Amino acid sequence: MPVTTIDGHTIHVDDEGFMTDYDEWDEQLASTLAGQIGVELTDEHWKALHFLRTDFREKGETPTLRRVSVSAGIPTKTLFALFPAKPAKKMAYVAGLPKPRGCV
Amino acid sequence: MTTVSPGPAPLVPSFGEESSGRKLAVICSKGNLDMAYPGLILANAALGEGVEVHLFFTFWGFDMINKSTYADLKFTMLGNTATHLPQGLGGLPGMTSIATSRLKKSIAGLDIPDVPEFLDQIVDSGGHLWACRLSADMQHLDEDDLIDTVEGVISAADFIEKTEGAQIIFI
Repeated sequence: MPVTTIDGHTIHVDDEGFMTDYDEWDEQLASTLAGQIGVELTDEHWKALHFLRTDFREKGETPTLRRVSVSAGIPTKTLFALFPAKPAKKMAYVAGLPKPRGCV
Repeated sequence: MTTVSPGPAPLVPSFGEESSGRKLAVICSKGNLDMAYPGLILANAALGEGVEVHLFFTFWGFDMINKSTYADLKFTMLGNTATHLPQGLGGLPGMTSIATSRLKKSIAGLDIPDVPEFLDQIVDSGGHLWACRLSADMQHLDEDDLIDTVEGVISAADFIEKTEGAQIIFI
């Protein structure tokens, strides 16, 4: 399993760079990860990220975009605005979770 | 004076260029419930990957955007050998509604939205819905008969023009 160092944080990641250890994540690291992909975190971003973290802990799987929109009550349009172009993957990355596997 | 040598660059996933210019055209020509989903799922997946997506509804695919039918698409066993059941069964009274309700349940069980909600999600994700002019004329329908998120009733030639350079999926 590759290890990478980002801004002083040493983390375990998969071959693409998605974190593989749930417990290595914290909010400060999230801001750093967001910075790596050109996203500056606002309260709205945090709402989505906290939902992803909680949902993953409960279900053992990264929620899909639809699940975030329906269950966290954040409209799809907003998610595309917060994490442009590839919201599901970008959210997962910043939340320190694997890429979502679901199709929808 | 000390110099700090930068460590190796961190491993960050590549999310591609913000606008790669990739386009996808999905032509939906079927009005069966089971044939509506492949186009919707592919369109939705492409939008989630930052691809520009246009859906063109033509012939029986019109049922997917016709207000009076889009929430009520049906699945029939008839002519579908993939159910692996005797074809005669499919012709019994009530079989189409049983098959439809079972398919709807299994789709909902996978947390996949029904057709109306799926179309909304596609539009909210930036997808474009277009209706075929010829199909509208054949079925004596106009824009008022179609769901509001359809951007226009256009000719096949207009659609080809709008999707220049796109990859095309015909369903």
